[in-house]
Amino acid sequence: MANRPQPLGVMVWVGMGALALVLALTLSPLMTIAAFGRDGFALRITDWAAIHFTLVQAFLSTVLSLAIAVPLARAVARRHFWGRRLFVALMGAPFILPVIVAVFGIISSFGHNGLIAQILRPFGVVMPEIYGLHGVVLAHMFFNLPLAARLILQAWQDVPQERVRLAQSLGLGHAAFFRHIEWQILRNTLPPAFAIIFLLCCSSFAVALILGGGPRATTIELAIYQAFRFDFDLGRAASLAAVQALLCLVLGGIALKWTRPRNPLGTGLDRPLALPRGGRIAAVSDGFVILVAGVFLILPLVRVLWLGLPHLIDLPSQVWVAALRSVVMALFATAICLCLSLHIALTLTRLKAAPYLEAICLLALVISPLALGTGWFLMLRQITNPIAWALPVTVLVNALMALPFVLRALLPALREAEASQARLATALGLQGWKRFRHAYLPRLIRPLGFGAGLAAALSMGDLGVIALFAAPDHATLPLEMMRLMGAYRMQEAQGAATVLLGLSLCLFWVFDRGGRIYA
Amino acid sequence: MLELRNIMHHSAPFTFRANLTIARGEKVALMGQSGAGKSTLLGLIGGFITPDQGQIIFAGQDLTEANPAARPCAILFQDSNLFPHLNLRDNLGLAVSGARKRTASLDARIARALDKVGLAGFEERRPASLSGGQQSRAGIARVLLQDRPVLLMDEPFAALDPGRRREMAALISALCAELGLTLLLATHDFNDAEGICDRVILLEAGEIQADCPIKGLRKTAPAALKPWL
Repeated sequence: MANRPQPLGVMVWVGMGALALVLALTLSPLMTIAAFGRDGFALRITDWAAIHFTLVQAFLSTVLSLAIAVPLARAVARRHFWGRRLFVALMGAPFILPVIVAVFGIISSFGHNGLIAQILRPFGVVMPEIYGLHGVVLAHMFFNLPLAARLILQAWQDVPQERVRLAQSLGLGHAAFFRHIEWQILRNTLPPAFAIIFLLCCSSFAVALILGGGPRATTIELAIYQAFRFDFDLGRAASLAAVQALLCLVLGGIALKWTRPRNPLGTGLDRPLALPRGGRIAAVSDGFVILVAGVFLILPLVRVLWLGLPHLIDLPSQVWVAALRSVVMALFATAICLCLSLHIALTLTRLKAAPYLEAICLLALVISPLALGTGWFLMLRQITNPIAWALPVTVLVNALMALPFVLRALLPALREAEASQARLATALGLQGWKRFRHAYLPRLIRPLGFGAGLAAALSMGDLGVIALFAAPDHATLPLEMMRLMGAYRMQEAQGAATVLLGLSLCLFWVFDRGGRIYA
Repeated sequence: MLELRNIMHHSAPFTFRANLTIARGEKVALMGQSGAGKSTLLGLIGGFITPDQGQIIFAGQDLTEANPAARPCAILFQDSNLFPHLNLRDNLGLAVSGARKRTASLDARIARALDKVGLAGFEERRPASLSGGQQSRAGIARVLLQDRPVLLMDEPFAALDPGRRREMAALISALCAELGLTLLLATHDFNDAEGICDRVILLEAGEIQADCPIKGLRKTAPAALKPWL
């Protein structure tokens, strides 16, 4: 029998082209860095200190995030309280928050002169300075505690109800219940969560930029920035970027290996889970954990709004210009990201080698934006003035950074559409655009909306590449806000933080809501 | 005798109500569509759900507030009857001690229970290395060790092929007869019910719609039960 031409065959080739482009955009800067250091990478003693600090802060941030996430996830899993759904949704919010805004909120809440310090001062309690290791760890916990809690909560909610009932029927005590049910969840969930959070903490830049610094609190990312911006020592920046890329690649490989889906306790009949709630002590401890975590997550956001709203009308014009620039860049990054991820997703659903090809897209997540930015700068300076290309490069890197998340949102929906609609579409002779329009697009609109919202919000809040080589008159809003903070124009920075927070959440909401309405 | 007196359990939008008496050694099939209340009834008897109203009495003793482990009930599900990280010896040992203390007498009891369900010598095997039918039989061995007079079975055969279903039905029937167990079997399949039980209860939207002996039912079934035959 003759082989029929594959429907969407052109799209597959376009998708392969998109994959090749992602690979080129990600690897070429790394190769440039490697070529730049062909005479040997030179690291100073302070750079080794930066590597040490990066690993220490990442380890502490990860361990502390997980240590609190476990009781938090358990408390949320076994308690039903007013606002529970909102609380779980709130745990997803830090992911789309601009880092600089969140850090600003953390400083104004938990800093030396923050709200908590003001409340405790009359009682003789003085809050320590937030700058340094503990500030970096605290900020990383703000971002990663909810991520870890959501990962663990999901695993907890996947426990078959039958398993819990069996344990109850057998009369397993607290220790046996932990060993046979809860530990089985945790031993499968904690290692991948550890790897992902450790990776995120190693490659985080804006937190260290604002709360770190100095010889004792400089991360590799911050050292790259300092070598670039302050010393213009490109050799050292390339060396550090190579170390950072290598570190993240190794950690990313471990995370990928550990994140293979495993369900340690089977599937059951998909009945709603009712975990044993324990006695009065358990109820009090659960309530305490939820309350403390809730305050920890909400207070910084409330503080940003509280401090920033009164100053909105006084904002200098450059803040509004930067805001407009950021929105335009976010929209471009979103469009590029959606275009690439849609074509790549269509290709991945048709190829046996999909898992390996998907790993290419994760490269952008694994390699830090500053390492990419350094590589791009080194590449561009051979042919043109890199400063003039700062905005397009930022847009491109932001699109690449959002790509793995958008792809993760699209692939399940596309695979479901392929499984349920492909035969019908083939039977009706639908090909190309018509096939995509009728068989796939209706299933994709919702994840496309979510993915677009994610890409736009992440791009809006990015303070990575742009901080590395932006022209003074081409700042994005996060960069402008950082400059205002650096110049101690705090009231204007507070107003800018509110604008940035509002625009990021607004962009996410508009796209996500649009996807839901038209789904 | 097991009695459910004026039981009411509300879980929006579903309300379950029942008045029911089950004699010692009786084998009752619970039939009805998904969401009709079969699992809720088993959950109430097993102690996994506390009723909003009414009493559950067994042998004159009020069990309404008793926790699952304190009730005279063992339960078997379609799946998830064994902990995957434990071998069969440790899985079955939990039924006796609730912990993993090994004693010679416990090992001997486990060996006897496994032998009874045709799994002699399987003590060291983990559930993942067993077929679906073997896992079900291991679950029954655990029930034997629990040594409780009431057996609750929540769609235990749903994942088995017809041959295995018949084999399991025969094994359950034999054990119920030998040990005098009271059985409540939730199922969608009348053939399973007919092979094991002597009474059928049809549930619909949380209410008992029909309750009759299974013998001769194919000829004299009430209208509500006819679609299930």
